[in-house]
Amino acid sequence: MDILFSSVSQGFIWAIMAIGVYLTYRILDIADLTAEGSFPLGAAVCAALITINVHPLLAVLAGFGAGMIAGLCTGLLTTKLKIPALLSGILTMTALYSINMHVMGQGNLNLIGKETLVQWLAPLGLSSDMAMLVIGGVMIALVILVLFLFFNTGLGLAIRATGDNETMSKANGVRTDRMKIIGYMISNGLIALSGTLMAMNNGYADISMGIGTIVIGLAAVIIAEVIFHNLTFGMRLLTIVVGAIIYRLIMAIVFELGINPIDLKLATAILLTIALCSPLISNAIKQLGKKKGAKF
Amino acid sequence: MKKLLSIGAIILLTASALAGCAGGNTASDGTVRIGILQLISHPSLDAAREGFLEALAEAGYVEGENLEIDYQNAQGDQANLKSMSERLTKNNDLVLAIATPAAQALVNEGKDVPIMITAVTDPVDAGLVQSMEAPGGTVSGTSDMVPIEKQAALLMSIVPNAKTVGILYNSSETNSQIQADLAKTALEAAGVTVKELTVTSTNDVQQVTETLAKQVDAIYIPTDNTLASSMPTVASVVEKYNVPVIPGSTDQVETGGLATFGINYHDLGKQTGEMAVKVLKGEATPATMPVETSQKLQLVINRETAEKIGIDPDSIVAPN
Repeated sequence: MDILFSSVSQGFIWAIMAIGVYLTYRILDIADLTAEGSFPLGAAVCAALITINVHPLLAVLAGFGAGMIAGLCTGLLTTKLKIPALLSGILTMTALYSINMHVMGQGNLNLIGKETLVQWLAPLGLSSDMAMLVIGGVMIALVILVLFLFFNTGLGLAIRATGDNETMSKANGVRTDRMKIIGYMISNGLIALSGTLMAMNNGYADISMGIGTIVIGLAAVIIAEVIFHNLTFGMRLLTIVVGAIIYRLIMAIVFELGINPIDLKLATAILLTIALCSPLISNAIKQLGKKKGAKF
Repeated sequence: MKKLLSIGAIILLTASALAGCAGGNTASDGTVRIGILQLISHPSLDAAREGFLEALAEAGYVEGENLEIDYQNAQGDQANLKSMSERLTKNNDLVLAIATPAAQALVNEGKDVPIMITAVTDPVDAGLVQSMEAPGGTVSGTSDMVPIEKQAALLMSIVPNAKTVGILYNSSETNSQIQADLAKTALEAAGVTVKELTVTSTNDVQQVTETLAKQVDAIYIPTDNTLASSMPTVASVVEKYNVPVIPGSTDQVETGGLATFGINYHDLGKQTGEMAVKVLKGEATPATMPVETSQKLQLVINRETAEKIGIDPDSIVAPN
C-alpha cells in the first residue's frame, strides 16, 4: 500500500507537469522542450527564496511566475522571430541552464530543515509524506479547476481553436500568435509549479533535475490518452492525473522488483509498453470471451 | 469509469503481488539488510560501492549468507531518487548513499534508519550533517574532500615555470565548484594565472579541453562526476599539447590523468564500510560519529600518460 500512496503523492506533482506538457503538445500541437528548463527553474526560484526565508507559498507563486516568463520567451522566439517551435524550446531550455545556475548560485541547493509548505502544514499534525500528498492534491485540484474554467472562456476557446486549426482561426479573426504565446506561458508556468513542489518533496533543487522530465510528462499524457480516448477537455485533465499516477506506479514496481540497475531503463520501457497496449489486451480477452459465448 | 476501475485493479493486483514477493519483512534469522542508493554509474562511484562491500565482507557480513543488499542506482535520473529512497528507508538496517543528491533524497525521507554517505564533498553545505565533528542526525560517513593544497603543490612541482594553469569541471556539480574555488586560491597563491572553463555534459568535454589545453601549461580537474566519466577524452586531447593533467582522485589518474596525490574511491568506500560495521554492531551512532575524510592518501602516476606528454614519470615526487 506504501507504493500506491507514494505513487499517488508523486503522481499529483508530476500530473501538474504533465498537464503543462499536454497544453503545448495537444492544444498547440508542439512538443515543447522548454519543459526541461522551466521545471528546474521553478525549483531553483522556489528553493532560492525559501533559503532566504520567504514564505513558501510566495516562493511557489514566484516559481510559477518565472515559468510563465520562460514560456513567454519560447513563445516570442517561435511567433515573432519565426524560429521553428522545436528549436525555440531547445534555445530557451539551453539558456535556462545558466539562468538556473545564477538563481541558485550553485548546482544544488538543499532545503533540509528549511520552512517549506510541508513544515507549514505541520501544525495540523500531518506527517511530511501526508502533507506532501495534501499539498499535491490541493494544487492539482486547483490547477484543473482554473484551467477548466479558463479554457471555456472566449480567450481559452480561441487558444484551443488555434491549436486545432490555425488557418481557420486566423480567418475568423483570432490573433493566433498571441494565443500561442499565452499557451506557452500557461504551460511553462505549470511545469515550473510542478518543479517547485518537487523541490519541496525531494528536499533540494538540483540543476540536473529537469533531465528526462519531458518524457515523464509525455508518458503520463499518452497513458491517459490510450486508456481513455475521446474525452472532453475537463475529463482529459482528470485522466492525465491518472496517467501520471500510473506512470509513477510503473516506476515504483520496477524499483520493487529489485532488478539489476543496468536493466532499469529496459524494464521501465517494457512495463510502459505493457501498460500502453493494455486496451488491446483487454479487447482481445473480450473477443475471446465472445467467441466462447461467455460473458466477460 | 468501469474501464478505469478494471485497469486500476489490474495494476494494483500486480503491484501488490510484486510487493508481496519483493517486500521487506524484516528477517528474524539475524540477516543484516543494507540498502545502497547510487546516483549514477561511473568508475569512482562504482569503486566506492565495491570498497564498502569489501569492508563488510572482512567484518564477516557476506552477501547471500547473513547479508542482504538492496542496490538501487538512479542512473543519473533524479526523478527516480525519491521512489528509491522510500523503498530503501523502509526496511533496511542501514543505507549507504553514494554522491550528494542520493544522500539528500535519503535524508529527506526523515526516517530513523542510519545513513552512511560517501563521495560527498561538503556534507555540511549539502545540509546532510550539522557539522563534520558532530553530525547530530542519522547521517555520517566519509567526505571525498581531497588535499587540494597538496595537489596544487604537486602540479607546481611538475611544471615549476608555469604561467597559466587551467581548471576544468562541471559547474553544475556543487562538489566540483567547491574544489575548483579552493584550487584557484591555492594556485593563485603559487603565483600563476588561473583560467577556469566548465562543461555541462560529457558531450562538451572534447571541445572545452581543446580550448583550454591551447592556453595553459597544466590543467587541474576536481573529483567531478562528468569528468571522471570522460578522462580518456581529456587524455587524448592534452597529449597533442603536452599538457600535464592533475585530477582530484587516483581513479582519474588510472583512466588517463598524469598524476595526483589523492584519494582512492575504493579505499574511501572501504573506510565508509568500516564505519557502517561499527553502526551495525551498535558500537557507534551516526549522530556522534564524526564524518571522516580519506585516511589513505597516495601518490599515483600514470606512466603511460607521462611518456606520451614527454615527462619522466620518475621525476614526479609527492609534495611535502
